[in-house]
Amino acid sequence: MNQDYEVIIGLEIHAELCTKTKIFCGCKNAFGAEVNTLCCPVCMGLPGTLPVLNKQVVDYAVKMGHALNCSINRVSKNDRKNYFYPDLPKAYQISQFDVPLCEHGYLDVLMDGDVRRIGITRIHIEEDAGKLIHDDSFDGTLADYNRCGVPLIEIVSEPDLRSAEEAKAYMETITNILLYLGISDAKMQEGSVRADVNVSVRSRGQKEFGTRTEMKNVNSFGAVYRAIQYEAQRQIEVVSGGGVIEQETRRWDDAKGKNYVLRTKEDAQDYRYFPDPDLLTFEISEAHVQELKASIPELPVAKALRYVKEYGLLPVDAQLLASNRARSEFFDSCVATGKCDKKLICNWMIGDIAKILNERRIEITDTALTKESLTDMIALIEKGTISNTAAKTVLDVIIEKDVSPAEVVEEKGLAQISDSDALLTLVDEVLAQNAKAVADYKGGKTNVVGFLVGQCMKASKGKGNPAILREMLLSAIDKL
Amino acid sequence: MELYRKTAAELSGLLRKKEVTACEILDDTLARIDAVEPRIDAFLSVTAEAARAKAREVDEKLAKGEAVGALAGIPVGIKDNICTKGLRTTCASKMLENFIPPYNATVVDKLNAADAVIPGKLNLDEFAMGGSCENSYFKPTKNPWDTERVPGGSSGGSAASVAACEVPLSLGSDTGGSVRCPAGLCGVVGLKPTYGAVSRFGLVAFASSLDQIGPFGRTVEDVALLFGAICGADLPHDATSKDYHFPGMDADLKGLRVGIPREYFGSGVSEENKAAVLKAVDMLRDAGAVPVEISLPSTDYALSAYYIISSAEASSNLARYDGVKYGYPGDRKGTLNDLYLSARSEGFGPEVKRRIMLGTYVLSSGYYDAYYKRAKMLQRMIAREFTDAFEKCDVIATPTTPSTAFKLGEKTSDPLEMYASDICTVTVNIAGLPGVSVPCGFDQKGLPIGMQLIGPKFSEAKLLGVAKHYETAVGGFAVKEL
Repeated sequence: MNQDYEVIIGLEIHAELCTKTKIFCGCKNAFGAEVNTLCCPVCMGLPGTLPVLNKQVVDYAVKMGHALNCSINRVSKNDRKNYFYPDLPKAYQISQFDVPLCEHGYLDVLMDGDVRRIGITRIHIEEDAGKLIHDDSFDGTLADYNRCGVPLIEIVSEPDLRSAEEAKAYMETITNILLYLGISDAKMQEGSVRADVNVSVRSRGQKEFGTRTEMKNVNSFGAVYRAIQYEAQRQIEVVSGGGVIEQETRRWDDAKGKNYVLRTKEDAQDYRYFPDPDLLTFEISEAHVQELKASIPELPVAKALRYVKEYGLLPVDAQLLASNRARSEFFDSCVATGKCDKKLICNWMIGDIAKILNERRIEITDTALTKESLTDMIALIEKGTISNTAAKTVLDVIIEKDVSPAEVVEEKGLAQISDSDALLTLVDEVLAQNAKAVADYKGGKTNVVGFLVGQCMKASKGKGNPAILREMLLSAIDKL
Repeated sequence: MELYRKTAAELSGLLRKKEVTACEILDDTLARIDAVEPRIDAFLSVTAEAARAKAREVDEKLAKGEAVGALAGIPVGIKDNICTKGLRTTCASKMLENFIPPYNATVVDKLNAADAVIPGKLNLDEFAMGGSCENSYFKPTKNPWDTERVPGGSSGGSAASVAACEVPLSLGSDTGGSVRCPAGLCGVVGLKPTYGAVSRFGLVAFASSLDQIGPFGRTVEDVALLFGAICGADLPHDATSKDYHFPGMDADLKGLRVGIPREYFGSGVSEENKAAVLKAVDMLRDAGAVPVEISLPSTDYALSAYYIISSAEASSNLARYDGVKYGYPGDRKGTLNDLYLSARSEGFGPEVKRRIMLGTYVLSSGYYDAYYKRAKMLQRMIAREFTDAFEKCDVIATPTTPSTAFKLGEKTSDPLEMYASDICTVTVNIAGLPGVSVPCGFDQKGLPIGMQLIGPKFSEAKLLGVAKHYETAVGGFAVKEL
């Protein structure tokens, strides 16, 4: 990217809320059902039907408002955004215009361990539209109204983001918070989090913003990154070539890695917002706002910073650990036992355990692992009772069944052999079989000793104590 | 026995004494409809089969000695913008000519629960927009007092069917006078309840912040009976509905202060209408009421504010009729825009299109502040003036309409003149108040004149009580022989 230019980015993130029912009717709020089975006369906008606001939606949005340090408008209202489209059965979307539920907030995002504070303009509630289905087998367009009336929050950032990396990190943090609060499934692949991306560029040092373009419905972290990279590059090329950026809406085609003009400023729609007369102004009591505030858990960024400060974890590890609520809470409970080293717990959590969970697409709470079993296992490593290799075998057992690691060690005979006599034969054998490595060592390549320790571990089926083996190997080689 | 001439209260008495059956009442109603419909044209559909099933159910309950609802066996006609499950609900529009709702309006559920019998759906101005019932896509309804004249609108079918004794009771809807004006022109009683007193769920929206379903009857008692059956909170379906229970009519008239707002007796109102209302107020005074002169200065702006607010909401409410899911399908051969254009150009009549365009304009960016926002300010001013006025008086009496029924076709070429027929009634909707129109005599042509009584929010008990006193004092209201 041309360093003479600065990229200015603002994100509008739409997140579907995981309430039981839709925002204005009693239909179930769920993804993946048979087409047009989760809709009713109300969400299909049939004549004479009326919306009634789902209070859970307001609570969830206020929680997000607290998490993003917003002020909460206790007196708020719903407005109609009028436009024609076949996926919008009433020809207006019930949204919020001039009095959003939450506004004037900020979010701290960790970029390489540093905190970047991004302004949050507003968070408002609105209903989702249906889905249009284009099928090759059918000469036309089909409409699925299951998604009509699914509750959304729209989180609008200030134009405070300065790179595609930052925008991606911001969106990841928002998604983590949604999951932390349990208010959204935040499943990108199901479209439950989508972003409209606003991009402009300006010469470094210039005060005024350049003209911005908007890309609608960018659907993954990677796509957000790529779309911004592409658009910033495009704008820089236009501007540096003496051209002018037009205010327009562009469509990002992630497969082709390109964007196209969708609407120019002249085609900009007049949404004719006005207060929805079917829904009265609603008020949330100060007590309830405070109650919701009290329910907010420690959030990922604060948690990561605490892990670095209090436990001395590496920022990158702390961030990874804190990004998942269930795992970080499990980590916290392990730390609270005081039985073993915090860094070791972290390594196991973000290493072998994360690998198993991710492979099986399950969460820590879906396993048999307990704070006791994990910390007991790590304590056995610390005491030298088992090797790291043997611990992996223990982990495989205790993740399936709540049994004590000591029993597993006993049962499977995994205890380390620290007895030199027992290991001596083994060391001699390994040295005999690896004459070249021994020669290399003698020739100055001292790091081959790691390889030789590994061979010994293998020969001992993981039971040898690697520290003792190392010493034995070194003295044996000296004697050769 | 000419059952059709009887009031709902009388029919109810006869039914409970087992002197008639619900099926006999229905037969008589259907025969009456057959006899006068060719001259009146109040019904868009007669739902004899569904009505007969309900009448039989009521008779069976009575035969078994089971309890029946407050409106058992009473025929109640329904304005055709109120949804009836499985029965065509057209809004008198080509757009919804074949629309069959899969749900009942809450009022229809309540009527069913009260064991009322619904013999059919009644004509209206298309989507309830109009003051003469001539904007119906299907046919104009005629005024039973002079079939060359309009019944008023938009609930023209609801008023005319009651005036012509086709049904003792009917439901209409009132956005700017659509219950009260036709009640006035047809010489029957019509109540526009307080906004929120009756659920709007299932009433096809015209202007959501002003619409309210209201009852028609030939006596005040009948109107009170029907109102009591349909009012009350419906919070699962209508966020604007209020937890209101009608306690019955308030009989005490002593010391009642009747406000006479001078703005409603100006040059826009015919001398005959003014005189008839003032004479009616005199009769109330004789019964113990005290007339008080009051002023509601913003009345002059009310009509403009009304047409801005109601058209704005209508433009949004009617946007859903796009030919995609139901209703007039439009031309499906071209692009999406072609579909929208043809469905909406061909499906809506000229008055509906006029309001949609007006409403779209006043909500447009650049015009919103000058029109919609100012109209909403006026709305607050008008509401405040009423609140202040009710410090000085308990009810307000005005003419319901500026003149008596006009001839069919007389005002169709001049929309503005047609709009002016709402001049006495729109303020009540704008302020969310209840208003009732009662017959108060005739003009020289023998056409009925209506008096409108307006009260504070949820004062229906008082309003209907005053109306009942007046009805008793004049020895009842006249019924047209047909």
